[in-house]
Amino acid sequence: MTWDWSAVADFLPSFADGLLVTLQVLVLGSLISFTLGLVWAAGLRGRSRLVRWPVTAVTDFVRTTPLLVQLFFLYFVLPEWGVQFSALTTGTLAIGLHYSTYTAQVYKAGIDAVPAGQWEAARALSLPAHRTWSAVILPQAVRRVAPALGNYVIAMLKDTPLLAGISVLEMLQRARLESADTFQYTEPLTVVGVAFILIAYPASLLVRTLERRLVH
Amino acid sequence: MTMGLWQNWVLPGIWVTVQLLVYSALLGAVVAFGVGMARTHRSRLVRFAATAYTEIFRGVSALVLMFWLFFVVPPLLGWQLVPMWAAVLALGLSYGAYGAEVVRGGLAAVPPAQREAAVALSLTPWQRMRLVLLPQAVPEMLPSFCNLLVELLKGTALVSLLGVGDVSFAAYLVRLATQDSAQIYTAVLVIYFVLALGVTRSMKALERRAKANLGMVVK
Repeated sequence: MTWDWSAVADFLPSFADGLLVTLQVLVLGSLISFTLGLVWAAGLRGRSRLVRWPVTAVTDFVRTTPLLVQLFFLYFVLPEWGVQFSALTTGTLAIGLHYSTYTAQVYKAGIDAVPAGQWEAARALSLPAHRTWSAVILPQAVRRVAPALGNYVIAMLKDTPLLAGISVLEMLQRARLESADTFQYTEPLTVVGVAFILIAYPASLLVRTLERRLVH
Repeated sequence: MTMGLWQNWVLPGIWVTVQLLVYSALLGAVVAFGVGMARTHRSRLVRFAATAYTEIFRGVSALVLMFWLFFVVPPLLGWQLVPMWAAVLALGLSYGAYGAEVVRGGLAAVPPAQREAAVALSLTPWQRMRLVLLPQAVPEMLPSFCNLLVELLKGTALVSLLGVGDVSFAAYLVRLATQDSAQIYTAVLVIYFVLALGVTRSMKALERRAKANLGMVVK
């Protein structure tokens, strides 16, 4: 079995389209997980047990069950409930929802790590609640959570191939279609594997730099 | 859903999932300790190789790695991996890379004086690792390993895309048979949740015992 550069060349146009889909899922999925995660985090810190308990139960359940099964759940069950989304939309929602339960933990830890004295000082200055959050707590929490959020974006990137399972045309699915066409598995799959390293490694270096700059 | 579907597909599927978890966790542990300890090695070459390993295997998606091992390695090497073993290999190698970071962090967290004392007693590097560093580092690693095991359990679902008959694959077949997706997928999610609960409970018990041996108390 020899390496065939022409197979690589044949795959590249389709690969480029797949890369765009992957990045699109990544950006939208990140946005969903960042915002929804903040909602969960607020729930996890809620004053009433009636809020805290259900939010804890739901996020723990979503976090400890496989994304792939959740993906199939949404893809097959939503239409039964009369909600029809495209595979791409379903996949993006599933990734965003799954990772929101991780970002929720990150936000919660970040907010908890702000020293209690900061809360007390804000209260002593009789700042209103929204000013306490926007001017005192969140600016300090964001520095702590940014690197961890970055790590989850990288984790999300590595989970985007699961969307091939519901035939979203991202990188892996393009490679599968290409190999099914030409019976050459080596080149397309290797191109996709290398692409992941080429994106994930610089990204993780970036997150590490961010961590050094912001946290310490 | 009929009894037959449970007995013929879902229950054996759960068993396959548990087997996958155990085998790939064992392989992952070997990789994690091997690579993690290599990252503290004196030789720069060994350290570089170990670092390269973790960066590569943490960089590639586990599913892509699984497809690669299943479709690319056979023509390269001239032999075919059974899907189950391609899956175990992919899961063990990639989650082992995450575990290597845990091992490295755990070893780095042992107070430097312990290492110096071991050197002063002229223990060999291997004795130092085995008698001084690991016994103190391992209990500290257990909570991270617990999280990794849950991630690995979730990762086993990927094998259903290679056609390995785990519980996710069983869900797919049952859906085709009954046309009722909500019921089977809810059941399977609950099954994973219960398995994960089993993992976290046993790891917590293990951690408590390991720390008790060092005279520490887990909250």
